[in-house]
Amino acid sequence: MSDLVASSLDMTFPMPEGEKVEALKDISFTLKQGELLSVLGPSGCGKTTLLNIIAGFLLPTGGALTLGGEPITGPGVNRGMVFQQGALFEWLTVSENVDFGLRMRGAKKKETRPKVDEWLEIVGLQGFGDTPTYQLSGGMQQRVALARCLINDPDLILMDEPLGALDALTREKMQSLVLKIWKETGKTIMIITHSVEEALLLGERLFVMAPRPGRLHKEYRLPFAEWGLQQDLREVKARPEFAENRDEILSMIWNMEEEIMGGNA
Amino acid sequence: MSLEMVRLIVGALFILMLCALVWSVIHGRKIAKTEVTDLVFGNPVKALGGWYWVITGVSSILLLWFYFSWDAARAFFPNAANEMCQVAKVDSELNAMRSTFPMQSRLLKGTSFLDREGKLIDRTRRTINKSDIDVGLRDRYLLAADSVDKLLLSRVAEDSLTAENKAALSDIASKIDAVTANLADPGFPGPASDAEQKAGYEQPGWGEGKKEIPDIPNTARGRKFNNVSAQVKAISSEFAKIRNLDDGYKADIKRTSDELKALQASSSAEDAAQAKIITKSLDKILKRIDDGNIFPPGALVSVEDSLKRFNAEQSKQEGSLKFIDAIAMPGGEIRAGSTACTEQGSGRWLPKPSDTLATLVNISDPTVGFKAVPLLWYEWKPASEMLAFFIPDWIADLIPGEYPRHTSDGSINTNLKTKVLNFATGNYNSFSLPIPAGHLWDSIMRVLSGLFLGIVLGVPLGLFMGLSRFAKGFFDPLIELYRPVPPLAWAPLILTIFGINDDGKIFLLFMVAFAIMVISARTGATGTHLSKIHAAHSLGATNRQIIRRVILPNSLPEILTGIRIAIGVCWGTLVAAEMLAGTTGIGFIENVARKQSNYEIIWVTIILLGLLGLLFDLIMRWIITKTIPWRGKG
Repeated sequence: MSDLVASSLDMTFPMPEGEKVEALKDISFTLKQGELLSVLGPSGCGKTTLLNIIAGFLLPTGGALTLGGEPITGPGVNRGMVFQQGALFEWLTVSENVDFGLRMRGAKKKETRPKVDEWLEIVGLQGFGDTPTYQLSGGMQQRVALARCLINDPDLILMDEPLGALDALTREKMQSLVLKIWKETGKTIMIITHSVEEALLLGERLFVMAPRPGRLHKEYRLPFAEWGLQQDLREVKARPEFAENRDEILSMIWNMEEEIMGGNA
Repeated sequence: MSLEMVRLIVGALFILMLCALVWSVIHGRKIAKTEVTDLVFGNPVKALGGWYWVITGVSSILLLWFYFSWDAARAFFPNAANEMCQVAKVDSELNAMRSTFPMQSRLLKGTSFLDREGKLIDRTRRTINKSDIDVGLRDRYLLAADSVDKLLLSRVAEDSLTAENKAALSDIASKIDAVTANLADPGFPGPASDAEQKAGYEQPGWGEGKKEIPDIPNTARGRKFNNVSAQVKAISSEFAKIRNLDDGYKADIKRTSDELKALQASSSAEDAAQAKIITKSLDKILKRIDDGNIFPPGALVSVEDSLKRFNAEQSKQEGSLKFIDAIAMPGGEIRAGSTACTEQGSGRWLPKPSDTLATLVNISDPTVGFKAVPLLWYEWKPASEMLAFFIPDWIADLIPGEYPRHTSDGSINTNLKTKVLNFATGNYNSFSLPIPAGHLWDSIMRVLSGLFLGIVLGVPLGLFMGLSRFAKGFFDPLIELYRPVPPLAWAPLILTIFGINDDGKIFLLFMVAFAIMVISARTGATGTHLSKIHAAHSLGATNRQIIRRVILPNSLPEILTGIRIAIGVCWGTLVAAEMLAGTTGIGFIENVARKQSNYEIIWVTIILLGLLGLLFDLIMRWIITKTIPWRGKG
């Protein structure tokens, strides 16, 4: 079983004046295989730092982090990443973007073709293989980014505000797609977002983080992702439980923001 | 229409245009105040109104006319230049004589002379008064100044003119009248002789021969002016000999001059310097008076009147030529020199388009070329030499053994070492290939070689510097030390070190391109979005693959823009470097043409360089749209 286990992670950044900023402090959690986790928090709470540590782009200053028992010491193929936007390679076509990882590890273009077509179909881009990526709309580009990450068959998928730059309609479609992929592939997925609704919908588990120092403030276990697989997302959002949770989390984050502002004043 | 009328109309038009200019500025300001404008773009649509096109059209037509006018004149009035040449001969013969009278200047020459010298004498008097020389000496200098003044004024007295001179002047006046009558006589100088006619027809036409303009008269009007020019030449030299001098007057001048020298000699040691200055300035005035060009006010009136009548008749006889000159030769004229007639002004420095084209066609002919080198052609080169270029000669040295020595019967035996050396130096028979050659090709190859080296070395270093703090720290000072110096400032040094052949120029261009390519590649590399690198990392790419597959393609827009800039700068530097030193290339052609004042070839090189610049830019634009269509859309 490839579970993600974080035990008392610390991350401090030195500042030019000599003081240190505690971006993360004493973060511990276990993410079981196949779980869908969304992470929410006010800006500056260390969400992206946490994600970068899990991806291996940063090394934590304290604590331990393992995936399937193996410590994480750098970026690896077992952790796929989907970024907000602009992380596609514009000089390549859709299928060249999708099989980039495979080709970098020595596969020939011809061999990857069936796999690429399969994944393009899953994300709804069949027939777009030879289109240059700069000609795609924002939503389609994120579908390419998803396929590019999934084709590597990672144990863990990390998403850094993947739908942040999309319009409301496209966003809703993409949320369904993410749920569908989670269900069909059974991958562990960790999503960072600032949208409370998105966090509720795309989180079987939900972490709310608090800033200064960045820490886990509260954890929820939510049913909405399961519901979203069976019914329309808008119906899920209309449920009273959904509204209740949304208001609770919103006011929680609101209070944190207030605190920060007050602390600054 | 008389010349006065023409001047009046032109003057009125000029004043009208000035008024229109002032009015348009005032009116424009008034409109600008009331117009609703966008803060950023103003109101560009407004400029498309009717008047905008009128103004643009007029300026374009004027420019086109300025360029094509001389060509049009030659096409429509092929004889005009020949006739104008004859008129110019008359003008050049009469130039000295006319300058005596208020014809080319405002004042009679004598009047302005008197005025100027009188003022100079007064100034010298003031100098004498202010000086602190011995009082006795000062008084004697003042007396000398008075006598210089008197000498000057004595020449304007009516009785100063000798009877001989009076007779000579009235003789000249009547001779001028006789020439004027010739000019007015439709029969003068009578039908051309067969020999004259033949000479006229056989000479090359306008712009055809070695002489710019045929100078043997070809038409009745031309022959008339040619004959008149011979006559006025004699009159003019006769007039130039008349001096308002006589022996008594000359003696007076001599005495005054001696007195001045004596005064200076008698001055004491401390006065010497100032005395010398005073003597010198008075003596200079005396020398100018001695030239004898001052006449009593009425003495030259008869000559002046005759000359005025001649001028009026000349203008009348020139007729249509005046208008051709004004309209078809804007900013220029035809002038007669001592040996030939030439086009001056715009006709000289802006050669006729047809001549420029003919020159281009002429030097494009590979058998003509420029300085025995074709502009752009090919030559057969053995393939062995080309191969040898890529093989270093020292591989022969690596073969064990020694090179053979000559034997006592004078023959040289070959061994493996010599065979390899022959191969490495291309010293064997092989088939030949046609290779482009010529001035244009040399210039293009220099630019491309310099650019190629700059790209091949500059791009990797630039990427490296964009990725590594160490590389940036190490190489930045080296590049920033030479880059701010204008490339041409390096040229004399580089050309001295590397020689005037291709090496020096290519190295100079390499320096130019290298700096630009390093900076653009570095900008491209540092501009790579971190998420792209992260994405590539998590997809399993190695560092080397990321540089090759992510950072390099991501930097392509900056690199290609850098190449486009580098091409332009390289061309500019190359042309100047070729002008400095070398024996081929477009800059070389232009420099030689400059030394020969060959305006046609100068323009040919300017046009060729413009076309080449355009061609290279179009190619680069095409490459850019083909290779980086995503630019600005990512």
